[in-house]
Amino acid sequence: MSGGLGDADDREWRRLDPRTVLVRVALFGGVLVGAALPVAFGLAGDRPLWQAFAWVAAAAALALGVAVVAETVRFRRTRYRVGPDRVELHTGLLVVQRRSLARERVRSADLSANPLQRVFGLVKVRVGTGEHSGGESPLELDLVTRAEGERLRRELLARSAGPSGTPDGDDTLAALDPRWIRFAPVSFLVPALGGAAIGAVMQVSEWFGAQGKVIHWIGDRFQDVSLAWMIVDLVLLAAVTGAVGALGLWVEMWWNYRLEREPGGTLRVARGLLTTRSVSLEERRLRGVELVQPLGVRLCGAARVDAVATGLAQNDGDEHADLKNLLPAVERAVADRVAAQVLREPEPPTAAPLTVHPRAARTRRLRRALWAALAPVVVLAVLGLLLTPVLLYVAAGCAVVLAPIAVLFALDAYRGLGHAVSGAYLVTRSGSLRRATVALQRSGVIGWTVRQSYFQRRAGLLTLTATTAAGTGAYDILDAGENEGLTFAAGAVPDLLAPFLETKPVRGEREACAKRVTDAP
Amino acid sequence: MTGENAVRLRPPRNAVDERAVTWWRWQLLVATAVPVAVLTVLGAFIGPARSWLLLAAVAVAAPGLACAAFLPVWWFRVHRWEVTDDAVYVRTGALRQEWRIAPMSRIQTVDTVRGPLEQYLRLATVTVTTASSKGAIRIEGLDHELAAGLAERLTLLTRATPGDAT
Repeated sequence: MSGGLGDADDREWRRLDPRTVLVRVALFGGVLVGAALPVAFGLAGDRPLWQAFAWVAAAAALALGVAVVAETVRFRRTRYRVGPDRVELHTGLLVVQRRSLARERVRSADLSANPLQRVFGLVKVRVGTGEHSGGESPLELDLVTRAEGERLRRELLARSAGPSGTPDGDDTLAALDPRWIRFAPVSFLVPALGGAAIGAVMQVSEWFGAQGKVIHWIGDRFQDVSLAWMIVDLVLLAAVTGAVGALGLWVEMWWNYRLEREPGGTLRVARGLLTTRSVSLEERRLRGVELVQPLGVRLCGAARVDAVATGLAQNDGDEHADLKNLLPAVERAVADRVAAQVLREPEPPTAAPLTVHPRAARTRRLRRALWAALAPVVVLAVLGLLLTPVLLYVAAGCAVVLAPIAVLFALDAYRGLGHAVSGAYLVTRSGSLRRATVALQRSGVIGWTVRQSYFQRRAGLLTLTATTAAGTGAYDILDAGENEGLTFAAGAVPDLLAPFLETKPVRGEREACAKRVTDAP
Repeated sequence: MTGENAVRLRPPRNAVDERAVTWWRWQLLVATAVPVAVLTVLGAFIGPARSWLLLAAVAVAAPGLACAAFLPVWWFRVHRWEVTDDAVYVRTGALRQEWRIAPMSRIQTVDTVRGPLEQYLRLATVTVTTASSKGAIRIEGLDHELAAGLAERLTLLTRATPGDAT
C-alpha cells in the first residue's frame, strides 16, 4: 500500500454516495413506524395509551440509532473500482466481503430507483455475469448518483464495439403509446388483484377485530336483494377493483417505456413511473423472442414480447421487474414489428405462416379435455347414486356446463398448434390460456429430444423438443405429425437429427408386408 | 424427404449391458419391498387394522413384483445408445419413449456415477450435460470399464470440437 502504485490504486477506488446512509435509514424508519403502530395499539390494551407509545417510541429510537451507526459503518467500508479487467466491490458490516468479477464476463448492468431514491437522485446498480446459479448474488452498488450509475452502465457494457455495433439511424425500437393501456384490464392480473383487495380488507379488519362488523355491514348493504345478486355484485366490485389496480400497476410499470438499441449491441428497456428501471440485454446473448398472448390479451388481438436470452436471471427478487419482458401487451402487428426489429430481421418470424398439425392432434386434445371435464361429473354421479339423488342433478349441470367449455378450449388449443422455419429462426406455437409463439435461432438449438407416448405412437404423432441454452432451456413442438415433424427437425438444424433418421416402408407397403407374412403358411 | 418417403428415428447402435436388467430389477424390488415391509410390520402390531394393512401390502406388492418381472426386460429392449463423432444419441422409455440427441460441440460436462448396487454389478451411469438446463442425457447400465472409456472418449471429442457450447 506504499509508493506510487498504491496511491494510484487508492484513487481508482470509489465510494458510494454519502446520501445512501440517509436514504437507507429513512427507509428503515418507514418500516419501523409501520411495525411500531400495531405494536403500540396492541400494548395499549392493558396500560395507558401514552405509556405504550412511550415504550414503543423508545425502542424505535434505539433501533433507528443502531441503524444509523450500522449504515454509516457499511458506507465507510464499502468501496468499488472498475479496473481494466476486473470490477471489484468491498463491503460488509462485520465480515468484509470482497467481490470481484472479470469484466469480460459482465453481462448486465441494470439500474433501478424507487421514489425515495429518486428524490435524492440516486440509483441502485446491479452488475450481473449472466450465471444461472442461484445463491451467488450479483455485484450490487447500493446506492450511487444517477450520473455515476449511467457512467458505470456505459463503461461496463461498452465492449470493443463489436461487429454488431452498426449505427441504425433511429435507435429507438419502441416507445410508450398511452393507448396500450387498454390492454391492461384484460390481463390475468385483474382477478388476482381483485382477490387480493378482498383479502386485504378482511385482513386489516381482522387486525382491528372488526371482521365480523365488516361482514355484517356488507350484509346490510345487500339486505333487499337475493343472495345470487349479492354474489354477482361482489364479484363485479372485485373485478372493478382489480381492473383499477391493473391500470395503476400498468402505469407504474410502463410509464416512460422505451426500448432502445445502444451502440455495442445492447438492447435497453427503460421504464417506470415511481420506481424507474433500466434493464440491458446484450444482443449476442439473444437467441430469439417469445410472443406471449394470455387469453384475455389474445381475444383483444394483442401480444407482449419477451426475450429468449441466455443467462437472464429468472427473477431478481424485485417485484414485477420481469427482466425478459421487452414490450408490454400491444397490438399484434406492433408486437410483430418490434420482434422483427429486435432480431434484426426484415420480416417478423413470429408472423410467419405455420405448418398445421395433423387432425389426430385435435382428437387428442378433444379426448383429453373431455376426460378432464367428465372426471368430476363421474365422481359426482357415483356419489349421487350411492348417497343422494341431488348430486345427480349437480352432475348433470356440471356436464352441461363443463363439456362445451372443454371442447372450446380443446379446439382453440389445436388451432394454436403450429411450427415453421422462417429465415434463421425456428418458430413454434402452442397454448390456449397462454398462447406463446417462440422464434428461436436455429443456430441456438443445442439438441433435440423426441418423445412419443403409446397413444401418440398409435396416432402417428410425436412431440419434438428443441433444447437451448436460453430462456426456459427447451421449447416444444407438441403433437407434430411423425413423418413431417422429424423431417422438419432435421431440416431446421442441419446435421443434428438427420444422421439418425432412416426411411421406413410406407404404411401401405408395410401392411402388405405384414399381410404376406401372415398369409405365409 | 417429404411425402411418400416416410422417415423414423433409427434405433441407436449399442444395447446397454445385460447386467442392467438385474440392476433395474433390484431397484424395483427394493422400491416395492420397503413400503410392503412397513405395511406388514404395522399390520403385525396394530390388531384392529390388520386386515386392511395387509391388504394394502398385497396391493402394493402385486404390481411391484409384476413391474420387477416385466419392466426391466422391456427397458432392456428399448434402452439403446450411440456415440458418433458428432453427437450423442440415446433412446429410453417403455410406454413413453424418448430419443435424445446432443451434438458434440455443445457438450459441457461428462460425469460418471456408480451407486453401491452399480459398483457391485460393475455398472456405471454416464451423464452428459449441455448448456441447456433441460438437455442432459443419461446413459444407464453401462459396463463400468466401457463407461470409463466412453467418458474419456467423450471428453477428448468435446475438447477437439470447436464451439462455445451455447
